[in-house]
Amino acid sequence: MIMEEARFHGRGGQGAVTAAEILAVAAGLQDKHSQAFPFFGVERRGAPVMSFCRIDSKPVRIHQQVYEPGYIIILDASLINANITKGLKQGGKAIVNTKKTKEELASQLGLAPANVFVVDATGIALKNLGRPIVNTAMLGAFSKVTGIVELDSVKKAVQQRFPAKLAETNVKAVEDCFNQVK
Amino acid sequence: MTETIEGSAAVAHVVRNCEPDVVACYPITPSTHIAEDLAKMYANGEIKKYITVESEFSAISAIMGASAAGGRSFSTTSSQGLALMHEAIFAAAGLRLSPVMCVANRALSAPLNIWNDHEDTIAERDSGWLQIYCETNQETVDAIPQAFKVAESAYIPAMVCMDGFYLTHAVEQIDVPKTEMIRSYLPKFKPFARLDPENPVSIGAYAFPADYQNFREDLHRDLIASKAKVRKAHDEMAKLTGRSYGDGLLEQYRMEDADYIFMGLGSVMGTAKEAVDRMRAKGEKVGALRVRCFRPFPGEELAKALAGKKSVAVFEKDYSLGASAPMYAELVEALYQKPEAPVLSSFVGGLGGKDMTVENVESLLAKIKDAKRHSEWV
Repeated sequence: MIMEEARFHGRGGQGAVTAAEILAVAAGLQDKHSQAFPFFGVERRGAPVMSFCRIDSKPVRIHQQVYEPGYIIILDASLINANITKGLKQGGKAIVNTKKTKEELASQLGLAPANVFVVDATGIALKNLGRPIVNTAMLGAFSKVTGIVELDSVKKAVQQRFPAKLAETNVKAVEDCFNQVK
Repeated sequence: MTETIEGSAAVAHVVRNCEPDVVACYPITPSTHIAEDLAKMYANGEIKKYITVESEFSAISAIMGASAAGGRSFSTTSSQGLALMHEAIFAAAGLRLSPVMCVANRALSAPLNIWNDHEDTIAERDSGWLQIYCETNQETVDAIPQAFKVAESAYIPAMVCMDGFYLTHAVEQIDVPKTEMIRSYLPKFKPFARLDPENPVSIGAYAFPADYQNFREDLHRDLIASKAKVRKAHDEMAKLTGRSYGDGLLEQYRMEDADYIFMGLGSVMGTAKEAVDRMRAKGEKVGALRVRCFRPFPGEELAKALAGKKSVAVFEKDYSLGASAPMYAELVEALYQKPEAPVLSSFVGGLGGKDMTVENVESLLAKIKDAKRHSEWV
């Protein structure tokens, strides 16, 4: 396989870093090589955070940020500005947590509707977790849209990360996002 | 068997598996997760003693005391934390103690910055400690048992340097050496002298002018001689794990017929290997040379590795302000009046997390093809 690169956009406290880490674990469960790491401005709740995940069939040896992702995952649509799609590969896909339609987001992001995927992850998180933490849920959407990691791997990675009860509600959020992403 | 875990977590696991007698840490980004994970292990009864100290100065003091009492001791820190330890860092080496410290490399203030470069550990290069710079998390977890082995047999403290965030916060596939393997590899620490209330001795007594310099010269000579121990510790572990990192001192990548070489420390060298492969695919005769062991400095080994090459780009994430780049200056000294020495260029970059990409490495290798001497901040 050619190395896949994903970039997560969120705010401090929303779990963008954890999302990239769980994705790396999920890839590892499929005997792939992966590398997840964060980049942020200040270590504060609410501040914009980026995190990266690389997935490859061979060991990842580069240690640099992701500049040309094949996928961007936007946990918080209020972060959308002219720079958010920067470097996104030709034909690259954006997965957005929003109540808006695919077409509305496509126009906001300046991308073709075919490359934009939307899901109300906040609603799903509130229903399942009782809190608007969407990071795990969005990995369900990532699995459905990209097929790079299987739903089962994401669920197993979530179960490894959290204590049993918390894992259970997060897995439900993952499944809901997998089923509802459009 | 590999598992997908964070570099910091992997370091904490391997430290626990080395069965230290005393761990003492004061958390500072980006080394914090190592300190936190070790504290959790202590709470779970997996580590004999973990001291929650009130500053980095106390952390280094505690592990020095533990080492002087004959205990295997460990700490971790970064940047300002290491700088606060500075006074005791020199004393730890002068006292011929054997603690190991994992430094998560980070820029020094000011301005405040939490990201990676090598200013913090390079500022301690004159202290008498061993310094191993790791390219990957796998190498870091393999280097820690090696560091204990060298430190405890050479009576020289050791720093294992891992790049902050690029390694500490990277979640990837890592095989952490298990306790059984480490037991077969790393003998118990039995120093020739130790603090013992039953048999009192004095360690670190006053030295008059007639003696002081002799102690310092001894330390220097022993540090240079420890190159053989670094290689041996590396080779012995390579036999157990199947993983090797050059000869333990230097790692040469596609150097055999190369004319133009990119030389550096740490995680950027993985990026450099990718750049070398891309340029080789276009027929360019380029290679990469990684200095794994910076202290003791492998000057003779570098002169041999670089003999006959046309030009070298020495890349460093540090600088001796008001002078030049430290590794570059030391390489110049090592190659002075040597036959077949290449042209040496100095490039300083990556300070405070300024990202160094494959394309950046390629452009430096392209730049030195004129075989002229460059000196630039990039």
